[in-house]
Amino acid sequence: MSFELVYQYLVSQSFISGAWMTLSITVVSLFFGVIVGLIIALLQGLKFAPVNWLTLIYLWLFRGTPVLFQIIFIYNVLPTFGIRLSAFLSAVIALSLNEGAYMAEIIRSGLQAVRKGQRTAGLALGMTRGKVMRYIVLPQAARIVLPPMGNQTIGMLKTSALVSVIAVEELLLVANQTASADFRYFEALTAAGIYYLALTSVFMVGQYLMERSLEPKKRRGAAPRSLMSRLAGKANPKPVAEEGP
Amino acid sequence: MKEPKLIEAIGVDKQFGDTKVLRNCSLAVDVGETVVLIGPSGSGKSTFLRCLNLLEPPTGGDVFFEGRNITSDLRHADRIRRDIGMVFQNFELFQHLTAAENIMLAPMRVLGLCTADAHDLALDLLKKVHIPERSDHYPDELSGGQQQRVAIARALAMRPKMMLYDEPTSALDPEMIREVLDVMAELSADGMTSICVTHEMGFARRAADRIIFMEDGAIIENANAADFFGGLVNERTQRFLDQILH
Repeated sequence: MSFELVYQYLVSQSFISGAWMTLSITVVSLFFGVIVGLIIALLQGLKFAPVNWLTLIYLWLFRGTPVLFQIIFIYNVLPTFGIRLSAFLSAVIALSLNEGAYMAEIIRSGLQAVRKGQRTAGLALGMTRGKVMRYIVLPQAARIVLPPMGNQTIGMLKTSALVSVIAVEELLLVANQTASADFRYFEALTAAGIYYLALTSVFMVGQYLMERSLEPKKRRGAAPRSLMSRLAGKANPKPVAEEGP
Repeated sequence: MKEPKLIEAIGVDKQFGDTKVLRNCSLAVDVGETVVLIGPSGSGKSTFLRCLNLLEPPTGGDVFFEGRNITSDLRHADRIRRDIGMVFQNFELFQHLTAAENIMLAPMRVLGLCTADAHDLALDLLKKVHIPERSDHYPDELSGGQQQRVAIARALAMRPKMMLYDEPTSALDPEMIREVLDVMAELSADGMTSICVTHEMGFARRAADRIIFMEDGAIIENANAADFFGGLVNERTQRFLDQILH
């Protein structure tokens, strides 16, 4: 094994753009995934049967089939209906819709964890339902959903490797192509692995900082979950949950 | 001409599915009056209170606020609720905000006050409820009595024309009940129109102008305080009083 070659791969144009592609797919899909999830979660809150059925069917489809299937389906089947999308766009749409299904569940459980009395108190002050949602429910739900969302983010980064099957030039595809051209699998895959680890580490640190900024000052005394235990994937000893009444 | 009542419920009914929770409840409250609402649990006291500010829209009857029928158009219920403060049994302070921020939220987001004005208002109100030193504490750093006083201050921040208290001391330890009742009695003495669901007969004796007794969703006694404490009550009310006073 040649460390020199690993380094050359790491700084090569194709690996850098592959890593950049992986990062863009992850961030863009996550962004739209959260939006889709939020919309689905809010729609599920409506007491309107047809809407509830539609969201259920959506969740059933996207949680009930492999994400690899969804990627291939959107890339290969939609063109037969005249919808021609680039590989990148197909990848982002498939991952966003898939992510949205999981985000919806996470956000819904977060919204439900905010006690009903909190909404009633907001309404009693003369706030509209929209303002109650925005200033009272969502900020409290955000604290609850942040840890599972962080996990989804890291999951998404790793899932993005699947879009190599529709020839999006992301990290894994680049590594695999490089390796099969040079027959240096070990070096090429090591370089890709280093990029993956670097990106997931950055996300973990980002999640840590966000969780800390959302925690109210009162928990300044209590030790937040340490960065080391987070990197080691240890469970949070004290989950952030709303206290009972 | 006679001044209209501040709030008046006429023949209010409330039904959840097949269950009738309120039957033909009527009550009129003058400006400055303090009314205490008593009755066994499940008698509909809290539901009646929530019908008055439309948190539970009545299924029958009308509610008039300052002479206007507010039950005819529920879309503007939020405007009515600005003028009617409410305090809950479980305080329901917003857990993600400090005491001062709890008080500032509605004046800023509903009335459009700037942060500085809202903060001044919050500090004034915390003084009024006797906990100015707790402004930067989060709800779970406060005792129950302190939380309930912050909740009263939060309701007062909208400059309401009346206050509704829904069993404000039922979730409190005995030694904290007094500090909350004192604040409520002071507000009543200052002329705040109030309707209070409570079993604290000491508070009723001290602050109430009128006592309402409810049972099975109906108002069966509506007596002025002097008559009530003079023993001029109907037999069913007397039996309930004997029970809660032991």
